[in-house]
Amino acid sequence: MWSGFPLFPEQASTMAGRVDALYIALLAMAAFFSVLIACLVIGFAVKFRRRSPGEIGVPIHGNFTLEAVWTAVPLAIVIVVFFWSAEIFFSMARVPPQAMEIYVVGKRWMWKVQHLSGQREINALHVPVGVPVKLLLTSEDVIHSFYVPAFRMKKDAVPGRYATMWFQATKPGRYHLFCAEYCGTKHSGMIGWVDVMEPAAFQAWLTGGGTGSLAGEGQKIFQSLGCVTCHRADAQGRGPRLEGLFGRTVTLASGEEVVADADYVRESIVTPAAKVVAGYQPVMPTYQGLVSEEGVMQLMAYIQSLQEPAAKGAPLAVAPPEAAPPARARARQP
Amino acid sequence: MSAAAVLPEPPPPKTNYLNVSYGVKSWLLTTDHKRIALLYMASITVMFALGGTFAALIRLELVTPPGDLFQAETYNKLFTLHGVIMVFFFLIPSIPATLGNFLIPLMIGARDLAFPKINLLSWYLFMAGAGFAAWSLINGGVDTGWTFYTPYSTAFSNTHVISAAMGAFIAGFSSILTGLNFIVTIHKMRAPGLTWFRLPLFVWAHYATSIIMILGTPVIAVTLMLVMVERGLHLGIFNPALGGDPVLFQHLFWFYSHPAVYIMILPSMGVISEVVAAMARKRIFGYGIVAMSSLAIAIIGFLVWGHHMFVSGQSVYAGMVFSALSFLVAIPSAIKVFNWTATLYKGSVSYDTPTLYAIGFIGLFTIGGLTGIFLAALGLDVHVHDTYFVVAHFHYIMVGGAIMGYLGGLHFWWPKITGRLYPEAWGRVAALIVFAGFNLTFFPQFILGYMGMPRRYHAYPEEFQVLNVMSSAGASILGLGYLLPFAYLGWSMRYGRAASANPWGAKGLEWQAASPPLTENFEVQPVVREEAYEYAHAPQERAVV
Amino acid sequence: MSEAMAHHAEADRHPALAHHFEGLPEQKEAAGLGMWLFLAQEVMFFGGLFTCYTIYRNLYPAAFAAGSAHLNWKLGAFNTAVLIGSSLTMAMAVHAAAVGKRRQIVAYLLLTVALGSVFLGVKVVEYADKFHHHLVPGEHFRFEGPLARPAQIYFSLYFAMTGLHALHMIIGIPILLTLAVLAHRGRYSADYHAPVELTGLYWHFVDIVWIFLFPLLYLIPTHAPH
Repeated sequence: MWSGFPLFPEQASTMAGRVDALYIALLAMAAFFSVLIACLVIGFAVKFRRRSPGEIGVPIHGNFTLEAVWTAVPLAIVIVVFFWSAEIFFSMARVPPQAMEIYVVGKRWMWKVQHLSGQREINALHVPVGVPVKLLLTSEDVIHSFYVPAFRMKKDAVPGRYATMWFQATKPGRYHLFCAEYCGTKHSGMIGWVDVMEPAAFQAWLTGGGTGSLAGEGQKIFQSLGCVTCHRADAQGRGPRLEGLFGRTVTLASGEEVVADADYVRESIVTPAAKVVAGYQPVMPTYQGLVSEEGVMQLMAYIQSLQEPAAKGAPLAVAPPEAAPPARARARQP
Repeated sequence: MSAAAVLPEPPPPKTNYLNVSYGVKSWLLTTDHKRIALLYMASITVMFALGGTFAALIRLELVTPPGDLFQAETYNKLFTLHGVIMVFFFLIPSIPATLGNFLIPLMIGARDLAFPKINLLSWYLFMAGAGFAAWSLINGGVDTGWTFYTPYSTAFSNTHVISAAMGAFIAGFSSILTGLNFIVTIHKMRAPGLTWFRLPLFVWAHYATSIIMILGTPVIAVTLMLVMVERGLHLGIFNPALGGDPVLFQHLFWFYSHPAVYIMILPSMGVISEVVAAMARKRIFGYGIVAMSSLAIAIIGFLVWGHHMFVSGQSVYAGMVFSALSFLVAIPSAIKVFNWTATLYKGSVSYDTPTLYAIGFIGLFTIGGLTGIFLAALGLDVHVHDTYFVVAHFHYIMVGGAIMGYLGGLHFWWPKITGRLYPEAWGRVAALIVFAGFNLTFFPQFILGYMGMPRRYHAYPEEFQVLNVMSSAGASILGLGYLLPFAYLGWSMRYGRAASANPWGAKGLEWQAASPPLTENFEVQPVVREEAYEYAHAPQERAVV
Repeated sequence: MSEAMAHHAEADRHPALAHHFEGLPEQKEAAGLGMWLFLAQEVMFFGGLFTCYTIYRNLYPAAFAAGSAHLNWKLGAFNTAVLIGSSLTMAMAVHAAAVGKRRQIVAYLLLTVALGSVFLGVKVVEYADKFHHHLVPGEHFRFEGPLARPAQIYFSLYFAMTGLHALHMIIGIPILLTLAVLAHRGRYSADYHAPVELTGLYWHFVDIVWIFLFPLLYLIPTHAPH
């Protein structure tokens, strides 16, 4: 049941070791100060215990130097800790450009995972070891949180928007997946496993299932919902062309410029009037309720795959790096 | 009458605030701040028992990995109600409404608070809020977590969210009025000679707390109001289906709820300052700095709310700012701990029950505060957010800190409030049991949290069981530790030895009033001629015209 | 021990002086500070709503403009004038109290109540109009065009903000009436009229909130699409 007395989860990602190092340093610092204060307090209480009923203490009012020292030293310590932890946090926020994209939708009370190749999983996530993986997270209903203790990574899946988190697994194995934001009755049941596999095994697993690529599924939705009526490749429709859109900078009717990233595409489907492209009328109806969050992700995979005719290629299991310039996409992410 | 003579202690007057009138009406319509304090004490004791019962049930369930004691929805209601009751109906009012109400006029030489009728209204608002919470409880409870996160609370929960939120909403106004009363009282009703820097640190602490109560509470009031109308009338502010932002709720909620934790701890720190000074028989080391640190905590505390939302989707830069400020707010607290420790140096330390609670507070608050550093550290918080690490951290502060301070203060001023002495031996035993039980309950939770056990989990993976069993065992000891004071303090009200005006030989104007005090507190308005905690002047010397 | 040194003799104490204050000036200062603190907390109370407004208007400017276009700015402007007028009459009531003119206090207080009631009456008319045009958020909300969903947020805020404001007026009016009754009975004089002054502060505050609400809700300019 328990081997020895574990105090740490396994270290299974590139970040885990860094987070643990900070933790251990803070543990040492906390232990030092706790023991110091405890010893001083108990020591003084014993050494200076009252020896006669009318005795009073020596009236020492204060000592400016001492105050300055015990203000400056903690301040210095927290400044160091701040920079150290902020650096780790930045690394967590900076998604590597070649990251393999996987879509995750939290829904009461299960995690629905979609690989670009079409593989779908519930409460499970298969990933290859040694490859950066980027998760695009959202929720169908309430706020959930995708938490893998072994990776030391967690991100809230918020309805109405996308969140991204990334990790690079370093050790094959099975690791806990928990929902870490209370979401109702079966919150503690919204758990599963992350399976980290050797690359060859992962490839084998990928090809072993799935009906069609995510983009292929997206294309079917694109047709069935009639999107193609307005968003035509020949630019004759009432809506803008979508070829090469993903990652490009778009000028809106208000004059503002935005990058067409995942959030933008989702918003355009769900609340189209929020950002109208310059030169077009605000006539697109909302598709909220007509397509699920997973469907939106499939549409997005499809739109992502729509390249300008010269660069057209089949959608890949790994997101095409050229289509989404990393620098601009990063700037838009929360 | 001769001036400034050292007077022998007069016998206690026959009539005091307790026996000046009898009958339910004389209590329910009182405007005496001391009686109102006791009304509050009774109410919050009931709420504490209720919240504690829910805690016991939670710990009972968590002894085994599967959720086999309660259904999931019941368990979710248990932790929600535990949180709602403990936060809104116990911790927030606790020290201010009981010890603050009782002592602040006495400590500043006033006859009552500035607005006695508003003080009574405060208590009735508290009871009305508690009534709504009870209504919610009786009708099946609420299961949103005390944090009421949207859209779960507005659109998905099937439980009595509106009445629970209404309870917290109304109780909030009780809090605002208490804070308002304190600030005006401290500004306008200090005795002659009582300058700001002669005030007891308990008063400074409550001043800082009152600032937070007045400026922070309205924000959660309006936020809960929006949740209630969204749920009841479908006015959709946080509804993602309408383009609303659930994270906006979190910003508004934590804008109050973070400063709220300082409402819970600052008064306790004020108690500790008084107890340490009295029990070591010397002024708190660095008095002025300790006073200012209370204000610093109150002010900086308004700027750190985003540290509850590092993984919620706010920008990386917002996270950085909140992290930096969160580190900063720890510094004044650290300064206090060092100052209290230094006070003991060359003091004359007695080992009474209040001292034990104060020493326990210093140790446990230090640990709790240091683990706050872990949480302020961005890279680390990502891992431990929403795990038992957070649960352990805040219980170290709120139970190891705030409640120990409350109990220490209750014992320290018990002779003043009731005119009786509690049995000292029992007091010490209970303090030690509370300390031991507390640590056994909550220290394992730090480890559980880092191992990855999330909060609010009804069932958990097997590898977490050993630590959970330890925690539950500790909880039973802690519960015993809390039952003891309830028993012997209650006993002492009737059978305890009569107390003199100043059984501890402490400084402070409240010790110059009788035990228990007259309704008007002092027969003659005190005039203050010395600095605070001037133990070099004999404690029996009364600074009176 | 005689209390003579600590208190004035009973006969000297002003009837309105509470037992725990030394004198009227102390009591008045305390009451004044209390009211200002109360208003500070009111600022925070409304502040939460103004924060929501700021964020959502920023996110959905077109929807807010479209929603605002459905509001009758003339009625809003009329109401603004009415409320400013009521602040004027309130200030006159305070002045009358300060110079001890009993009849004038009553008259100006009643005038303030009247103007406040007119304001509320107009609000009833506006709310009824919204109801008829299906602009009340919820099941029956109808808004033509693609901006319907964020427009519902605009209207949610409209009702929340003006509703909270109206609630403050509904609470204020009985207070004013009570003051008028007490003034009629001669309770207020040149040396004691703090309740009138402090209620005046409250009323002016409620007025100021409206002065922010009116342009923010009624006067959002619509940019013509190009």
